[in-house]
Amino acid sequence: MTRSSDTHGSPRNDGNQHNGSSHDGGNAVDSLRALLAPTIDTRGNLREIILIPLAAVFMALLIGALIMMATSVEPHIILRSFVAMADGSVGSLNAISETLTASIPLVLAGLGIGLAFRAGLFNIGAEGQMVVGGLMAAVVSFSVTGLPMALHLPLVLVSGLLVGGLYAAIAGFLRAATGAHEVISTIMLNLISIRLLDYLLRQPFIQKEGRSDPISKAVLETAELPRLLSFIDPNLRLHFGLFLMLGAVILIYWLLYRSKLGFAFRISGENPDAARYAGIRAGLTIVIAMAIAGGLAGLAGAAQVTGVLGRATPGFTAGIGFDAIAVALLGRSHPVGILLAGVLFGALEAGGRQMQVDAGVSIDMISIIQALIIIFVAAPLLVKRIMPFLFADRPKEDADHG
Amino acid sequence: MFFKNVALTSGVAAAFMLAGASAASAFTACQVTDVGGIDDSGFNQTAWKGVQDSMKAYGIEGRYLESQSETDYEPNLNALLDAKCDVIISVGFLMADATATSAGANPDAKFSIVDMAYNPTIPNVLGMVFATNEAAFMAGYLAAGMTQTGVVGTFGGINIPPVTGFMDGFYYGVAYHNSQKGTSVQVLGWNPESKDGLFTGNFESLDDGRAFAQNLYDEGADIVMPVAGPVGLGSAALAAELGTDALKIIGVDADQTQTDPGNADVYLTSVLKRMDSTVMQVIKQTMDGKFDGGMMVGTLANDGVGLAPYHSFDGAVPAALKAEIEDIRSGIIAGSINVGG
Repeated sequence: MTRSSDTHGSPRNDGNQHNGSSHDGGNAVDSLRALLAPTIDTRGNLREIILIPLAAVFMALLIGALIMMATSVEPHIILRSFVAMADGSVGSLNAISETLTASIPLVLAGLGIGLAFRAGLFNIGAEGQMVVGGLMAAVVSFSVTGLPMALHLPLVLVSGLLVGGLYAAIAGFLRAATGAHEVISTIMLNLISIRLLDYLLRQPFIQKEGRSDPISKAVLETAELPRLLSFIDPNLRLHFGLFLMLGAVILIYWLLYRSKLGFAFRISGENPDAARYAGIRAGLTIVIAMAIAGGLAGLAGAAQVTGVLGRATPGFTAGIGFDAIAVALLGRSHPVGILLAGVLFGALEAGGRQMQVDAGVSIDMISIIQALIIIFVAAPLLVKRIMPFLFADRPKEDADHG
Repeated sequence: MFFKNVALTSGVAAAFMLAGASAASAFTACQVTDVGGIDDSGFNQTAWKGVQDSMKAYGIEGRYLESQSETDYEPNLNALLDAKCDVIISVGFLMADATATSAGANPDAKFSIVDMAYNPTIPNVLGMVFATNEAAFMAGYLAAGMTQTGVVGTFGGINIPPVTGFMDGFYYGVAYHNSQKGTSVQVLGWNPESKDGLFTGNFESLDDGRAFAQNLYDEGADIVMPVAGPVGLGSAALAAELGTDALKIIGVDADQTQTDPGNADVYLTSVLKRMDSTVMQVIKQTMDGKFDGGMMVGTLANDGVGLAPYHSFDGAVPAALKAEIEDIRSGIIAGSINVGG
């Protein structure tokens, strides 16, 4: 029953190098990996997998309320803000539509990050991959003309996916070929992508006519992801990306648990040495895992551009690529978990907006609550200490985690 | 114990909420800010002041939603539509597309937008635009008259008309001083012919404000006008460190001695863009049932734009220069001075 963090600590070691003691790392990235280890074990206690995130959300909301009290928000406003949050996330058709709309890119990018986690890779670059994927999708969406929607839209989405995948594959290749750590290289690629976006948005073949600020031309109608509920109310923004998201969840589930490639990912992530002895090509696995992760992030960017925004602007990714890391963590790198976590984060975003409208509580509160959730999820022991009654019948089981 | 307390508090809270719900007033004005935030000491804050003033004057209710990124514009507008707002005010040119979309989809809702005049006009959107170049022209003349180094500077947030309007006016005001007085004061950071200059690329980073002002200072500028919302607060902080003999700042949008009291004495003056008064006007018109799509222009003549008092520099600005600037004001209003250079 005891899951030693040592076995899971090993993915930190480069697949091409001798795997020494797993305690020798000690840098920040390694400790992050060690933290991830318990979050990607699905064969642990099922109850825990469900209870810890739920308890984390509950405690985060509670602390959120305490913070509001500390900043002298009156109690009735606090209560009203939570009512508003529920109302704005699930309280009406529009609220549900907003929640799902916000969750689409989070889930898509989160799936990619989760998959990379499984393969032992920490992909911080989803933001940059979304940027290049979304920008490519935008370019294809207005520069390719005369195609029917049935061809144009898939072309746009695939081009976003491919470019995102290629961009992430750079980091994968650098890792496999030179040992350059993907955390560093993806962070750097993020910075490059953001400047590149700013530059390209000013180029005449991308920039909207008559504007001197960085903004792209509008996505052509044949490349727009159709809105699903506009026949009820034109303000409902939920779009076809919902099916992309659900399809991706199923596909990634199949890939991870039913395919040979997924097995290679997981074994490389859990124990690179065993993977090598089993004849799995470590370098290739890393590149492919990064490429798929980047492809999903690129698709997320493409879905934002063609489904929600209608054009690319300098801040169009809005930090979703970073929030998606949190989603993958909260979802414990399991496709279904990521789906649920993404919908929760979407709900927080939609609800947070309502919270500000109805109760006048700053939307920054939502960022605080999201951060608290992550802290609690990343520290399961803390959750169990605070709420021992939830885990009462196996009190000592995970005491050796710390 | 801890949980029990919270539960108790919630119970009390429920009672409070029921009491509070009945006090709703009839008219609600709502506002969506741009990414600078409601407390940016300038652009968004000034527009919000218009709603706050209306709340006091007319007893209406006011609500706002802050945009954290450009992706928030549309959902924020939608959220306010759901909140039964009588008029929705979007603050800023960058929200023009989202506002137009929202207005098209909801022909019964009333919108007003700062810094955008649609062409053709949209029947349910009232645009508020400002001839900030008129007021900035005066500021440019003042800067040219006050500089010790013969170099002044400006920089913007993003290269869009509501920003570059200030920079145009500033540039031509300096040029007017040069032609009238035979000086050769140089303007860094903006070229109205090529429509290009210095831009931070955002309306948020105080660090950028500091760095850009530092660059201009290093190039010899001793007076800088940042046109980038809260970014300029970083420039003011730098000026406070260097001392006002080395660097003075010209504020924009609001009288920044009031909105940035910590660094009040670095502001030579501020170029006022009285969004508060136009927002209040829009709310009043809507309340009186006189809302009409189209546009409202703030000029020197109708006090929609202006120059703030010199405050701590009141003694330092020569009386003759003050008089000339007043002459320029009347000249611009009368049409005898062309602010377009």
